[in-house]
Parts: sequence; structure tokens; C-alpha cells
Amino acid sequence: MADAAVATASDRAASRPRYGSMSRDRRWALRWSYFFLILFAIFFLTPPIYMFITSLKTSAEISAESNPWWVYNPTLSNYIELLTQNTYLTFFRNSAIVSVITVVITMTISVIAAFALARMRFWGSATLATGVFLTYLIPETLLFIPLFKMFAWVNETFGIQLMNNWWTMLILYPTLTVPFATWIMIGYFASIPKELDEAALIDGATWMQTLTKIFIPVALPGIIAATIFTFTVSWAQFLYPLAFTTSTTELVLPVGIITTLIKGDVFNWGQIMTGALLGAAPPLIIYAFLMDYYIAGLTAGATKG
Amino acid sequence: MAQVTLRKVVKKYDEVLAVRGIDLDIVDKEFIVLVGPSGCGKSTTLRMIAGLEEISDGDIAIGGDIVNDVPPKDRDIAMVFQNYALYPHMNVYENMSFGLKLKRTPKDEIERRVKQAAQILDITELLDRKPKQLSGGQRQRVAMGRAIVRDPKVFLFDEPLSNLDAKLRVQMRTEIKKVHQKVRTTTVYVTHDQVEAMTLADRVVVMNAGLIEQVGAPNDLYHSPATKFVAGFIGSPAMNFLPCQLEQAAGALRVRLSDKLSFPVPSDRTARYTSHAGKSGLVLGLRPEHIAETRPHVEPNQHDFDMAIDVVEPMGMETLVYFTINGTEVCGRVNPNAGAADGKPMKLRADLSNMHLIDDASGKVL
Repeated sequence: MADAAVATASDRAASRPRYGSMSRDRRWALRWSYFFLILFAIFFLTPPIYMFITSLKTSAEISAESNPWWVYNPTLSNYIELLTQNTYLTFFRNSAIVSVITVVITMTISVIAAFALARMRFWGSATLATGVFLTYLIPETLLFIPLFKMFAWVNETFGIQLMNNWWTMLILYPTLTVPFATWIMIGYFASIPKELDEAALIDGATWMQTLTKIFIPVALPGIIAATIFTFTVSWAQFLYPLAFTTSTTELVLPVGIITTLIKGDVFNWGQIMTGALLGAAPPLIIYAFLMDYYIAGLTAGATKG
Repeated sequence: MAQVTLRKVVKKYDEVLAVRGIDLDIVDKEFIVLVGPSGCGKSTTLRMIAGLEEISDGDIAIGGDIVNDVPPKDRDIAMVFQNYALYPHMNVYENMSFGLKLKRTPKDEIERRVKQAAQILDITELLDRKPKQLSGGQRQRVAMGRAIVRDPKVFLFDEPLSNLDAKLRVQMRTEIKKVHQKVRTTTVYVTHDQVEAMTLADRVVVMNAGLIEQVGAPNDLYHSPATKFVAGFIGSPAMNFLPCQLEQAAGALRVRLSDKLSFPVPSDRTARYTSHAGKSGLVLGLRPEHIAETRPHVEPNQHDFDMAIDVVEPMGMETLVYFTINGTEVCGRVNPNAGAADGKPMKLRADLSNMHLIDDASGKVL
């Protein structure tokens, strides 16, 4: 009897892979990371799931006292109404144009600026690089009142009305995105070995050719990271458009949704949720495609520079 | 014609003098090696020739034209870097043709030159690979190929073998020498490895603390160093330096190393050394291979002496023996079969015909 018990115990031990203390530690680390990852996933995915569920409900069902996590009569009416509504499409178009052009402006300025700050040693370049980062630290909430004054001055002096125009965002957004994108790019360029531009210099490349033929291709992950960042910031920007635009033709998506779908104290929840969900789609799609580059770019920027 | 001339070249970083006024004439098609310990200014000198560092004072001329303010691309030079500096996003072909493309060389001409260089370096089958798919030695070849296709006036090598493992380094060293024999171009090569310097160079330039100590053919530096620094830097194991006195007795000179040990100075050196007799601060320089085991046949200027060996290091083809004279450790190279053993006395033989007498204060070989 005792023999049999010993045999089964050793059989069991043999059939199981043996773990050393290292792998036992690893297993626990893995369990804890799964625990927290699942916790965070639930925490962060609940709002979009709730948005999705609500977007499939009619106004009547939303206000009814039924289970908020279940759709009894699913309908696409919110989607159809929103997508056939001219105002929503205008917001979407404004947001897209503003974001894309902001990305182009930001990347043009910040790539060239970062190259100069990272590679061309000139008087005050280090101070300038720090200065660039400091401007990023000033919150936009502090800036929009002085900006009002500046816009008023521009209007008085040059007769150009910057208020209530979607294209004014093309001036405002880069003030938020250029410093950070430049900072990412400085870090990325700084991680490229110095010999690479020296080799290019000896090969006969001008500074501009070194930038376009060597630095930009080599730093592509960093550039993509900065592009995604810029796009996300401009797409989600709320305060500036809220403060500086009022007409429905000039609004961008985030502001458009709350100004047109909330009338007084009437909240059109179904359409608000649908609009927000559709609005969140473009950054999501871009992230999904470029995620690997984004991570590579951010970590490179984080360790060097 | 692509001679390189340096006249009183100075490099100052803020207040630190990296290069303190050097003169150097490199003749056409010559292979020059700049060698010295780290921080001696050899890389800075190379980078000044390349135009990657501005010179603080003096003149640099390539092919007779002063190039002090000429940008690197117009100096007609090619450089091979320590970490290869291959463009990571381009394949080997693109890496090698990049410089030519920028110069708007015709496509078929580029192809011809790249193919030819690839053949010389034996990398033809690697042309469409990316740098990260290559081994260290292959990358080094590509870096050299990139220099060769440009057909420049001067090749500049900045410690090109330092990143390779010992075996590959020896192999690539031979490779570089072969390439120079095929493509005879003026070459300036920087290394801290004296073996590399000796094996590759037509002439070696030994630098120390921002100055040139000596310029000469490898064997000249080895056999007649001008300074204590060169004597100690060239050769491995390093030359023995023994504090000594020069005694004059009965018309003959003797170097005295300790109370018990002294050797007569070779007669052909007597005239040169007589004026230094009785002076303090003299050092006898003798290479390890000039201290060997005793043999029956005695050559002129060879003298036997008895010594207790401290440590024996068998190297295979030879055995290094270490012993102490008057507090200074001395190394000798003996035959593996000479019976050297730790702590045992041994009869050794010093060959004074290859001695050097050094004035320790000035560091000059007398």
C-alpha cells in the first residue's frame, strides 16, 4: 500500500515538467501581470462597450428602466441619422482636414528642427532644445486667454479674423504638437551614431541630403510615433476649438458632438454615443496599423536623449 | 599625386590641446599608420585630415592643395570607421554606391565600380543584403568597399579592426594589406595596436600626448627607437628598462646594473657613450629577446650572468622568464627546452650589441 502511494507520487512528479525556483518566480510574475492586465482591460474597455451598447438603442429604450448592459431592440437608426446628417459629416471633415494638415505642418517643422538641434552644434542649441521641451509643459488652459488677446490684435492690425474659423486650428494645434514631436525626434536622432552622418558627409551629402536620405529613413519608427502622437492630439483637441469656434460649419468633431447633440438640458444619448464611437475610430485604426512602430519609437526616445 | 602634408597642425578643444603642432609628410601611395595610446591625438589628427574636425592652427594639404577650409566632400577622401557606419536601411550595393550617386556618376559606371570593388573584397554575393544580415568581418569589407568605389586620393582608416574578435582581426589585417597592394592609394590608418602598426605600415608614426614621437619604417622603430616612449611602446613583451650607471675604468666603459652585475659596453658604442659616464638618471634598454639562455658558442658583446628566476611563462614556441635586478622586474625570452623553472637559478646571456642607453629625464635614446 505504502509502495503504491510512493509510486503514484513519483509518477505524478515525472509526468509534470520540473520547475526550478526561477521558473516558479516567473510563473507568479506572469499570474500577477495577467491579473492586473485583465483588471485594466475591464476598467478601460467598459466605457467603449457601454457606448457601443447604448448606440444600438432607441431613445425610448435608453430612458426606460431596463438593463443598461443589454439591447432588447437593437437598431442602427442612430448611425443612419448621424451619417445622413450634414452637420456631423462637416464636423468629421473639419476634424480630418485639420488633423492631417496639422500632422504635415508639425512633422515638417519638428523633423527639421530636431535634426538641427540634435546634430548641428551651434551657439545655444542645447538651451534651445530644453526650451522646446519647456514650452510643451505650459498647459493650454493658461494659453487660450492670451491667445484671445492676440487674435483681437491681429484683427485690429491686419484685419484678419481668426475667430470662428476651422483653419485657425492649423495655427493653434502645432503650438501643442511641435514641441513634443520635436522632443521625440531629438531623442531619436541623438541615438543615431555620429559616424553615420560623418560617413554621409564624406560621401558628399549636404546636410539636407543627410537628413532626407539617411536620418529620415533610419528614424522612421520615431517619425511614425511622432505622427501618431500629433494626429491623436489634434483629433482629440477640445479646449481650443471650443473656445475659438462657434458656427456649426466651423466646428470639429469633439466640440460638434456636444454642441449640437445636447440641446439645453436634453441629451440625445444614443447619437452622442454613436458620434463619439465613430469619432474614436480613425485614431484606433491608425494605432492598430502602426502600433509596433509606435512602441519602438517611444522607447527609443525614452532611453536616449 | 596624392601626398598629404601636415604643417604645425594644432587642435584645441576649449583650453585642452589635443594635438600640439605636428609636422608630417605622407608621400603618394604610402601606407602610414598613426599609433599611440588612447588620447594621444591620433584619431583627432585623422579627423582633421578628413575635415571632420576643424584645425585650430597650421596647414593641411592634400595633393599639394591646402584644404584647411575645404569641406570633407570636396577633399576627395574616403573613410572607414571603427563601427563601420554602414547605412542600416540600404543594402550593400546601395551603401557602396551612395557616394557615387550623390556625385551623379552614370549608372553603368557605378555598377562597374561597385562590381569591381566587390570582387576585390570578395563580397559579390552579399550585394543585396542589408548590413544587419552581415557578420562583423563582412561589414568591415563593405565599409572598405564603400571607400574603394569612390577611388579617392586618400583612404582614412579609424581603428577599423577594433570591433572584431582576435582571430578575425588578424585575418582582416592581411586583407587590408592585400587590398592596398591591389588598389595603391595613399592610406592613413589609425590604431592603438602596435602589432597592427608594425605589420601594415610602410612607415609608422608614433604619437604621444599630442606630439609625434618618431616616424619611421617598422623595423627602424623597433631597432633604433628615438625615445624611451617609442622603445617601450613598440614590441611585445615591452623592452626592459633598467636604471644603470656608466662606469669608466681602464679606458673601457661598463654599464653597472647592480653591485654585482655589470656588462662592458660594445666597443663600437664607446665613443658615443663616453661623455655620459658618471651621469645619473641613465636607463639601459634591452629587449626580452636579447636576454636568452646561455649557449656554448659565444658571439661578441654577449655576456653570461646567473640569475634566480621568479616566474616562468611558457608560450609554446618560447618561454618568458621574469627575474629581478636591483628591484626592477626584467623579462627574458628563452628556449622552451632551456630548463627554466619558477624559483630556480639559471644561467642567462645578455646581448649588449642591441642595447639602448636612455637619458631618463629627457626620455631621449642616447
